[in-house]
Amino acid sequence: MRGGEALLKSLENQGVDVVFGYPGGQLLPLYDMIYDSDLRHILVRHEQCAAHAADGYARASGKVGVCIATSGPGATNLVTGIATAYMDSSPIVAIAGQVPTGLIGNDAFQEVDTIGMTMPITKHNFQPITSKEIPEMVKSAFYIAGTGRPGPVVLDLPKDIQEQELDFENDVKITLPGYKPTRKGHPLQIKRAASLIGNAKKPVILAGGGVIISNSSGELLKLSELVGAPVTTSLLGKGSFPEDHDLSLGMLGMHGRLPANFAVDKCDCLIAVGCRFSDRTTGKISEFAKGAKIIHIDIDPAEIGKNVDVDIPIVGDAKIILSNLIRAISQNKMSNKSMEWVNRVKNFKQTCIPKMSFDDTPLKPQQVIREIAEAVDDDTIVTTDVGQNQMWMAHYFTSRKPKTFLSSGGLGTMGFGFPAAIGAKVAMPESDVVAVAGDGGFLMVSQELATVKEYDIPVVICVLDNRYLGMVAQWQNLFYEKRLSHTHLGESPDFVKLAEAFGVAADRVERPGELREVLSSAINSGEPTLIDVTIDPDEILPMVPPGCGLTEIVGEYKTESNNSEDVPYHETAKERAGD
Amino acid sequence: MEDQRTHIISALVLHKPGVLQRVAGLFTRRGFNIESITVGTSEQEEIARMTIIAKGDGKVLEQITKQLNKIIDVIKVRDLEPENTVKRELCLIKVHSPTEKVRAEVVQYVNIFRGHVIDVSPETLTIEMTGASDKIDALIDLVKGFGIKEIARTGPTAMSRGIKTI
Repeated sequence: MRGGEALLKSLENQGVDVVFGYPGGQLLPLYDMIYDSDLRHILVRHEQCAAHAADGYARASGKVGVCIATSGPGATNLVTGIATAYMDSSPIVAIAGQVPTGLIGNDAFQEVDTIGMTMPITKHNFQPITSKEIPEMVKSAFYIAGTGRPGPVVLDLPKDIQEQELDFENDVKITLPGYKPTRKGHPLQIKRAASLIGNAKKPVILAGGGVIISNSSGELLKLSELVGAPVTTSLLGKGSFPEDHDLSLGMLGMHGRLPANFAVDKCDCLIAVGCRFSDRTTGKISEFAKGAKIIHIDIDPAEIGKNVDVDIPIVGDAKIILSNLIRAISQNKMSNKSMEWVNRVKNFKQTCIPKMSFDDTPLKPQQVIREIAEAVDDDTIVTTDVGQNQMWMAHYFTSRKPKTFLSSGGLGTMGFGFPAAIGAKVAMPESDVVAVAGDGGFLMVSQELATVKEYDIPVVICVLDNRYLGMVAQWQNLFYEKRLSHTHLGESPDFVKLAEAFGVAADRVERPGELREVLSSAINSGEPTLIDVTIDPDEILPMVPPGCGLTEIVGEYKTESNNSEDVPYHETAKERAGD
Repeated sequence: MEDQRTHIISALVLHKPGVLQRVAGLFTRRGFNIESITVGTSEQEEIARMTIIAKGDGKVLEQITKQLNKIIDVIKVRDLEPENTVKRELCLIKVHSPTEKVRAEVVQYVNIFRGHVIDVSPETLTIEMTGASDKIDALIDLVKGFGIKEIARTGPTAMSRGIKTI
């Protein structure tokens, strides 16, 4: 067997059924072998999108996603997607072609140091020097990518190694003496945490993406209800807790919900699960949950104490730890001390239900999100791009289930939403998949319209079209004296015509009430569809400026109960939130 | 704020190409201050031992060790206690010594510091000195006046005193 065939066979042994790729000179041998294999290969139109699609596949399914690109420019184009997966702990294996071993280091045609380049943005990377190493490397790559704190792994495959003969062994052993993720939490720490939580009068749970990765949404719900702790999430934690639940506070942070930001500011015990305390989540660290004892549960010990000092660290898998914590708290038979707190939070929540109904034209983004929410069901996977579209979705869209809200958090990668939706739809063909993008981010990856047409991947793309790089413009408006330097995108292109040029169905929505119907019928059509939604460029999200505490919100916080424009709502809310 | 302290970090890593880059790259990327790094084989063929000298407070050190541990090729990491650690550095110094008088003086210093002269030419003497880094600094200071042509230092390598291993 040749090296390339060994790679394909090893992928098959790992249960890989689909790869997202783009061929090139240094991958000719491998692609020649793919020609004869049963592997489903989806030809994307840009390598970056292969990585995002593999990432979307991984996030939606919980399995490892796979992408392939050639050496040099193919590999450099993967880099953004790999870094995105790294920041958001998404398990992908990226396979890159490399120049033949004899040419490595000679600046050969399309040579780049893929190993050196991807070292800081991968969990690990490999380059086989003989084809014999391939089976063990593939198995190690999948094991590393998918276990512990998941992350991307790169496999750099020289051209001659793809051709080199080897004796293939199915049952290969892997040895990774330096890799032993801790799964079970320390019993003493769990005991300490249980007693702290049991005695808390104002507990809050902060759930991150780790809850979703470890499939512990059930345990999270149970803990929250058992101890009477309201739950807020990070951006990546969205969907880990049903956001229509009484105890849900919505997302926390820079663009978080008011009740979430206030509850974390006032709590006496913060239970952070599977989150890394990103600056977008915490705001100013010295102001963050300053009256609270903090418990931090995470599988990555390096995340503990990195950004926020914690009182009780527990390293391990969230599902195991939460189960043990629930058992310990139940055994303690402590009375629920947070009743008053829960009532106060619920009342506060009632007074700041965000206003989402607007009759205005151009459409208000809140109204757009509302109509999207009405058109989709609980199992629909929504992906977002990056920018205002993302934060409108994060803030206003109600997620009820894990793995249904996919967004680029840590790296904030424009162009993520659409290709991630492609990957999600391929992974979960039974689920409806809707990508929400801004016009700027969508244009970075619009060539993938060819992919969805070619392979008939029925995702629906809602382009929230305001002809601005909305988030950057928002910051310029708020913090740079409204000097909108290079954030206006001009009138080109016509997105409907663009989609039609690719043979993709398209529609335009401009008035309130239209989107719900257009989106529903696009989803039901079973065809890839683009919907260009013209929105109001002047609508600004309320936000916490960088370097400020979570309650120092600027911008107008519009709520259902408050129609007075005189006093900013969050100012009066401060009093209502009490101490 | 806690005091900045110099830490001696000992790490066992797989003896594979690229491992030094993974470790050194981590320091750059995370903004840790690395003073020196030495690497060589250990008692086991497939494992190399690294000695990293780094400055930082307790929080920085905790992150350094945790981040090092995350590297798949890193097997073990320990912050050695300075009082229970033997630490040595090798230094080669080429001193300008054109006269009999200078040579005699330099040799005298070398003997006091328990170094060795390992190479002689009509114009130069090359000294080998192994010891604590501050001893090496002191010898360099002494012979500086004669004119130093070249210095090559390895950076310290270290291990725990007594029976303790990492």
